Amino acid sequence: MSFLQLKGVEKVFGDVRAIKGIDLTIEKGEFVVFVGPSGCGKSTLLRMIAGLTDIDGGSVQLDGRDITHLPSSKRDLAMVFQSYALYPHMSVFDNMSFALRLANVDKAVIKQKVGHAAEILNLTKYLDRTPKELSGGQRQRVAIGRAIVRAPKVFLFDEPLSNLDAALRGQTRIEIAKLHRDLGATTIYVTHDQVEAMTLADRVVVLRDGAIEQVGSPLELYDKPANQFVAQFIGTPQMNVIDTAKLPTLREAVGATHAPDGFIGVRPENVMVRPAGGGKLPARVELIESLGADTLIYTSVGHNGNGVQIVSRQAERTSLTPGDSVGLDIAPASFHLFDRQGQKVAAH
Amino acid sequence: MKRLLPRALMAPAVVTLFLWMIVPLLMTLYFSAVHYNLMQPGEKTFAGFENFEYFFTDPDFGASVWNTIVLLGSVIVITVVLGTALALLVNDPFPGRGIVRVLLISPFFVMPTANALLWKHMMMNPVYGVLAQVAIFFGTTPVDWLTDHPLFSIILMVAWQWLPFACLIFITSLQSLDRDQMEAAGMDGANAFQKFWFLTLPHLARPIAVVVMIELIFLLSVFAEIFTTTGGGPGNDSTNVAFLIFKQALMNFDVGVASAGALFAVVLANIAAAFLIRMIGKNLD
Amino acid sequence: MKHIALIIRTLAAWIVTLLIVFPLIWLVLTAFKTEQQAIAIPPQLFFTPTLASFAEVNLRSDYLLFARNSVITSFVSTILGLAIAAPAAYSMAFFRSPATRDILMWMLSTKMMPAVGALVPIYVMAQTAGMLDTLPALIIVFTLSNLPIMVWMLYSGFKDIPSDILEAARMDGANVWGEFRHVIRPLAMGTLASTGLLCLVLSWNEAFWALNLSSAKAGTLATLIASYSSPEGLFWAKLSAASLMAIAPIVVVGWFSQKQLIQGLTFGAVK
Repeated sequence: MSFLQLKGVEKVFGDVRAIKGIDLTIEKGEFVVFVGPSGCGKSTLLRMIAGLTDIDGGSVQLDGRDITHLPSSKRDLAMVFQSYALYPHMSVFDNMSFALRLANVDKAVIKQKVGHAAEILNLTKYLDRTPKELSGGQRQRVAIGRAIVRAPKVFLFDEPLSNLDAALRGQTRIEIAKLHRDLGATTIYVTHDQVEAMTLADRVVVLRDGAIEQVGSPLELYDKPANQFVAQFIGTPQMNVIDTAKLPTLREAVGATHAPDGFIGVRPENVMVRPAGGGKLPARVELIESLGADTLIYTSVGHNGNGVQIVSRQAERTSLTPGDSVGLDIAPASFHLFDRQGQKVAAH
Repeated sequence: MKRLLPRALMAPAVVTLFLWMIVPLLMTLYFSAVHYNLMQPGEKTFAGFENFEYFFTDPDFGASVWNTIVLLGSVIVITVVLGTALALLVNDPFPGRGIVRVLLISPFFVMPTANALLWKHMMMNPVYGVLAQVAIFFGTTPVDWLTDHPLFSIILMVAWQWLPFACLIFITSLQSLDRDQMEAAGMDGANAFQKFWFLTLPHLARPIAVVVMIELIFLLSVFAEIFTTTGGGPGNDSTNVAFLIFKQALMNFDVGVASAGALFAVVLANIAAAFLIRMIGKNLD
Repeated sequence: MKHIALIIRTLAAWIVTLLIVFPLIWLVLTAFKTEQQAIAIPPQLFFTPTLASFAEVNLRSDYLLFARNSVITSFVSTILGLAIAAPAAYSMAFFRSPATRDILMWMLSTKMMPAVGALVPIYVMAQTAGMLDTLPALIIVFTLSNLPIMVWMLYSGFKDIPSDILEAARMDGANVWGEFRHVIRPLAMGTLASTGLLCLVLSWNEAFWALNLSSAKAGTLATLIASYSSPEGLFWAKLSAASLMAIAPIVVVGWFSQKQLIQGLTFGAVK
């Protein structure tokens, strides 16, 4: 019996179907990430699970109970908001204990639970401060602490890292991962950042236009994308997706001579740059990006101005410069085939 | 239940305001169509348009309309121009700016009757008043403000009171002026006047419009100053439409004519209000 | 160069300000003079201050009565106004409907009508009901005059409470009453206070209705000051003292809450 189950969940705004019949099951203790471009409906879906937005169709079951029409206050879920939504007039302690106070929990128990959560999150010496006396990172931890204290059935995170600066983001990401490892709580996490999705998730749900494109573990999505959208959404830099009509020689170069009309996808790490004259595809270097541990080589394949861009990624530094002629090789059996509609085609 | 609560919460405000609006309006409409004098309350006979005719052909009517226009126009021009100048002057920091701003706002909070008499007696008295003393100091003859220039005196009092209002609004608006834009203009070679003309003034266009609209609406009803100082005179030199209506109602006790006049004033106000409402409406959501 | 500009600006600002505020400064000075000193020629800037005129104010008329009336009418109309306006503003801010905007605009429009337009009917009604020169009549009129602005200010303040804080409260288990008690009420205190202050100021300074509907019994300080209109021997010091006592509290209130007050009066059209 799965822990959280969505069946045919629908949401309509005016005459726009924002969420189109979502089916999803989540197991207890799983860390599931909803990821997708802006407007794909991931936050809306999260809010529907939370009860902050009405569900127009379908049902949501939690631990055997139908919560579809229950108010948020009765669903036993906790949410960490993107803006943290801390109560500005309450101290950190009061913020974290609010839910327990509403439930008339014994004061001593409250003190113990809040103290424990504060310890885990390094907030103990801030318990008496108000939110405006805290930094962004600290406020975020209070928001998380507020959720932990309640020990809910499911934790909901709505883009919690977007308001943090880059350094803090990386650090907090790790803390969230550790927290999940220690607490083992069922978590749904919404983000537009695919790095967060890849690193935090047990399973990733890729959404577009209110529908699920693919569900799977991060590496599953990376190695076996179900369609072009997922293939290009996951992975940085983006997978090279080339129109077979624009570059007919690609089929042979890649080893997919019987590939139908459509697109061929190759990840940059599977494109090797050889000196001019070598490799299966003659190309010209357009741009070099040296990132230190990685080097990205942007090349243009084909003639005149109609060159197709193919990006290569390698660990070694390069002495190539823009304008150099090179040749490209593709690692065997590393290609993905997509038809004109973007759907995956089996590489027979 | 979900529908009922919001309505119940709004009901007291909506009902009372509705009554406050509709009852006087209906009564005014009624009164304007009858002969009704408070000295002879028993006799109410149908008057048709007579009250309106009487009101509009009253020699004082033309004068009062003109005075109202002059009053409104002058006060608005003075407050906007001086208000802008003042706001610019105190916009950038200088020692004591906080105190200066606090002092500048004070006239707005003085009650109108105190304002009026402060000017009538202490400032404008032709013998003992401050203005008279200053005139004597400079060797000119003191002016008998309220007798010789009644409307101007009223304008002065009202403008003095509303200057802080305009000034504060402009100060607030200037604070949201884009500094980066100013710096870019400076780098493009603009001098101070050009920056004012091309950047500051357009930015102030909206607050100026708001000030003009608000003052139009509230200044239409200037009354206390006239009542307390000139009594509308000498003659009708400082009578505005509001005071004229008051005169008809509570000095001549002619409720019918006064009501006709009141409808006129309401129509005028509605026109100004329509513009302001549209402007506010844009800002609402 | 910048230094000189700063000095010039500072001098200009101070001189202009003192010129503008001079009448008030003169009022304050005159209040502490004797009647003889008040009409001295040339006008005295330096003199020994005295409280004699303040005492004489009460001899001339029952200052305390008028002060009491001002206090009662402003405070009661404020409390009454808040009691009526707050639920309405709450409803409009948190249970918004398509009609909300129109209702709000309509309320504001009632404030834009000239008071003189309602003078005749209100006067006649008050006279018929025997309520001329009574405090309740003034209170009712003050409350209704200020109601639109109060609703507007409270509505703006309520709307400023971020909706995600309310959602967080909901997730934490609060029902509608819980949301109000724990989140909205504490956060809206500031707005309630400044709205109340604005109503106090407007009622205290109100002159039109006070002059027309009240007289010896229910008159407010505004009408008392107006009674100094005609010359009555030496009276400037008394007038100044009476005025100073009447306007000082409100001017001070205005100093502290200028931003909010102006916001209320422009119906928020200038941010």
